[in-house]
Amino acid sequence: MNPVRLTGRAALLMTRGIGAVTLFTLRGLFRLRPFYRRAFAAQLVQIGWLSLPVVGLTALFTGAALALQIHSGGARFQASDVVPAIVAIGMVRELGPVLGGLMVAARVASSIAAEIGTMKVTEQIDALVTLSTDPMRWLVTPRLWAAMLTVPVLVGVGDIIGIMGGWLVGTQSLGFNSTAYLANTSAYLERWDVVSGLLKGVVFGLIVAVCGCWFGIHSGRGAAGVGRATKSAVVAAAVGILAANFVLTGLFFE
Amino acid sequence: MIQIHGLHKSFGGKPVLSGVDLAVGQGESLCVIGQSGTGKSVLLKCILGLTTPEAGRILWRGSPLDQATRPDFLARFGMLFQGAALFDSLTVWQNVAFRLRQRMPDVQARAIAIEKLGRVGLGPETADLMPAELSGGMAKRAGLARAIADDPAVIFFDEPTTGLDPIRARRINGLIRGIVTETGATAITITHDMDSVRAIGDRVALLQDGRIAWEGPVPAMDRAAPLAGFLGNTPSL
Repeated sequence: MNPVRLTGRAALLMTRGIGAVTLFTLRGLFRLRPFYRRAFAAQLVQIGWLSLPVVGLTALFTGAALALQIHSGGARFQASDVVPAIVAIGMVRELGPVLGGLMVAARVASSIAAEIGTMKVTEQIDALVTLSTDPMRWLVTPRLWAAMLTVPVLVGVGDIIGIMGGWLVGTQSLGFNSTAYLANTSAYLERWDVVSGLLKGVVFGLIVAVCGCWFGIHSGRGAAGVGRATKSAVVAAAVGILAANFVLTGLFFE
Repeated sequence: MIQIHGLHKSFGGKPVLSGVDLAVGQGESLCVIGQSGTGKSVLLKCILGLTTPEAGRILWRGSPLDQATRPDFLARFGMLFQGAALFDSLTVWQNVAFRLRQRMPDVQARAIAIEKLGRVGLGPETADLMPAELSGGMAKRAGLARAIADDPAVIFFDEPTTGLDPIRARRINGLIRGIVTETGATAITITHDMDSVRAIGDRVALLQDGRIAWEGPVPAMDRAAPLAGFLGNTPSL
């Protein structure tokens, strides 16, 4: 086939896909009446509370490993003292939001896609329509808002746990004084470092929920269809988070 | 009560419905039969608005069923799905009272749900179970309780006995007949189970090659030539 035609067709398909996902997101975000409070509360627990252990553990080990890396790398140019500052800035600006987002993507995007996909193949979504309930309002809107609200909170908690991981390694094995470590951490950390990380969390939460809902609702038939939807949701959410992180970092810090 | 005129629908260029004309009156129980793949479920989805027909009209109480009138139709409508389609994340009573909970307190909705569960032969102990804890027959009954929870004017039954053993199938058929007679609701049943047709239906319509090939009262179907092949091919319970 003519390569120009092939490129054109791919560009058209991509544009159509982006348009469809954008419309889906806007419909999911702004179809607020009626707002299903019970469904929203259940999603706050599912997405936020139940993701806390995995996000917390990830942040703890990342902060601890980061402290070891900075200490060992910094020793090459006599800069081991910067461990508290680099751990704090690295966690809050970059690693906290990105790794937290990726862990939520693995846990939540897959679960949303599998749940909605199964609902589709077992006619539960059709049943919602027959019960005078818009599936977008009942399934998508609560998940989108719950993810946008809880992921930044998870990022914030992850930041604190990550910094504590660095503090633990710094004071227990690298010989830092506890008070000096914490004083250094707060001295070098600026408000925008924290706020930018939390804003990334809002965007990453939206990406995770949109991917889960989109692939779930467009799931194919049977177990294989739901399996494909789940895999696609996780892959798309992870790639989306990394791409969005690059764009947001450029916007926030350049 | 519901009239269908010249309904056409195709998928990927392959016609599934090719001019379906059908009418069902107030309080009547109509069974639509046909072999697998003849478009019975597509017909149902067109009426529900889950898929858009390419041509034809569906009238509800004399008015075209469209975006404006469908909410009113759905508010007076109940449906039993083939696989019951209970919501996995809700308990049995929350499933049954799904629509009621949107306009009344939980205590009141739960009381009505338990009453409806009793109507289909499920005790109050099933109310707090999750759908995954129910057997196939119990799930069908819970689905039936959900279909009648809001006292609908029209009830659809999609393959109500599929997947059930003969004894449970007979019980479900008996329940459906009882509910339809008792409530005076209009019933449309999609099935290929002739025992269901005999137990539930007042009138029967055969969907074949995308059209209604024959329709008439249930007692007449054994003498209807177009149904002979279909009846012969259908395993009896």
